Amino acid sequence: MRAIVNISLKAGVLDSQGKAVHHALDALKFSGVNDVRVGKQIVLELDNLDMAAARDQVTRMCESLLANTVIEDYEIEIIA
Amino acid sequence: MNVGILQFPGTNCEYDTRYAFEMLGCSTEIIWHQETSISHSIELLVIAGGFSYGDYLRSGAIARFSPIMQAVQDYAASGKKILGICNGFQILTESHLLPGALKRNESLHFISQHHYLKVATTNNAFLRNMHQNAIVNIPIAHHDGNFYIDPESLQKLYDNDQVLLHYCDDGGRLTNPNGSVDSIAGICNKEKNVFGLMPHPERAMETILGSDDGRMMLEGFVTS
Repeated sequence: MRAIVNISLKAGVLDSQGKAVHHALDALKFSGVNDVRVGKQIVLELDNLDMAAARDQVTRMCESLLANTVIEDYEIEIIA
Repeated sequence: MNVGILQFPGTNCEYDTRYAFEMLGCSTEIIWHQETSISHSIELLVIAGGFSYGDYLRSGAIARFSPIMQAVQDYAASGKKILGICNGFQILTESHLLPGALKRNESLHFISQHHYLKVATTNNAFLRNMHQNAIVNIPIAHHDGNFYIDPESLQKLYDNDQVLLHYCDDGGRLTNPNGSVDSIAGICNKEKNVFGLMPHPERAMETILGSDDGRMMLEGFVTS
């Protein structure tokens, strides 16, 4: 099974990369972009577990290592 | 005084740090990250600068789980003094030995230059030899030096006199090279035995190399 973890800066924490990308999109005349946030995606190939156990394990990975919860939020998607 | 200096794969300031403390009359020991204990004779532990584990994932995030770090946690809990410089500061925040986090510089550029700093407080073992509002010239060299802390925790830092240094210009007016909250360049923990700063005092030991202001900073730990 696979777990996809998306990590991004918390709302309210200035995302300098997102801001730079937003400026670049403006410079390229892409209109109607209201906000840009840049994050990272970590894809984990896991032993087959039940969905809840996998989510629990990946949550613990996020809390201890994958995300810095002082400044980052994470979202986990588990694919059987 | 015996100074222990931590070395991870990718640390690159351990020998500068050794040079600086030996210049101040200390004996030094470089401690490889695979070690699991810190000698009782070590009176100050320095986490030197560099790029531990290539800054992969986040600066300091992987180093935090090196074998030596449990001993570092115990060392801190025993009240002994720790100084984290640059990547060492990042490792200390990732380890929750210091509050806050170091984000990518607001400009997104790596910054390497001399920078003036203003001493915010001398009420601690590190800066006790200095004068409040003294201005020192110390190099900075980092990509992730943008100190972030939530407003409530920031207030606690000020209330407990934990903000050590601010970035400023030569006249002492606050400036902000990297986007840090309140131009903060260094902090300590509530117990005032764990210190972290992004600038490199160990690179400012001789006027011929631009500044010797780092001497009087590091001397705070050394002189009794």
